[in-house]
Amino acid sequence: MTKSSLISAIAAKMELSRREAEVAVNTVFDTISASLDRGDRVELRGFGSFGVKQRRSRDGRNPKTGDHVLVDAKRVLFFKAGKELRRRVDV
Amino acid sequence: MATTTKADLVEAVYDRIGLSRPKSTAIVEQVFELITQRLELAETVKLSGFGVFSVRGKRARPGRNPKTGEPIEITSRKVVTYRASPLVLASNDKSADHEEDEEL
Repeated sequence: MTKSSLISAIAAKMELSRREAEVAVNTVFDTISASLDRGDRVELRGFGSFGVKQRRSRDGRNPKTGDHVLVDAKRVLFFKAGKELRRRVDV
Repeated sequence: MATTTKADLVEAVYDRIGLSRPKSTAIVEQVFELITQRLELAETVKLSGFGVFSVRGKRARPGRNPKTGEPIEITSRKVVTYRASPLVLASNDKSADHEEDEEL
């Protein structure tokens, strides 16, 4: 499934125009992204939760040459599947 | 730190499309229901600009009851994994080396 096929499925199921379904689906994921980008958690009961973890910069190595390189600090996204999603996927 | 919930997503959809609130709620719920249905079939769901959800099988492995120390087998299972699109946190670490694959 792709975003495009999700949009088509939503349009059919909810009796929306494709354009409306597209705006709705984009709004859902843009809203989640914006929250995460602000550093907020996103909790969707039954589906799961998203959050951001901060990683500090660290001394890394180029695995090929063994050279020291500074790995920049960065933010990493995580997702934890909710109870219902876990139960339904693990049959 | 604030938490975003389904109600916030419903509000955002309601503001954008101007359908009724119950209809906006149904749309948001349907989005996650349809994704879940695909994952139930072990299908990969690729959402361009957001990330990829996929199902991975985990083999059975030996474990222990952490309370009693008693050895037990952890059964094989299927788990959902998410790989974020680099675009989600685009405003910050543009230069960071993302492990993620490029989206479709």
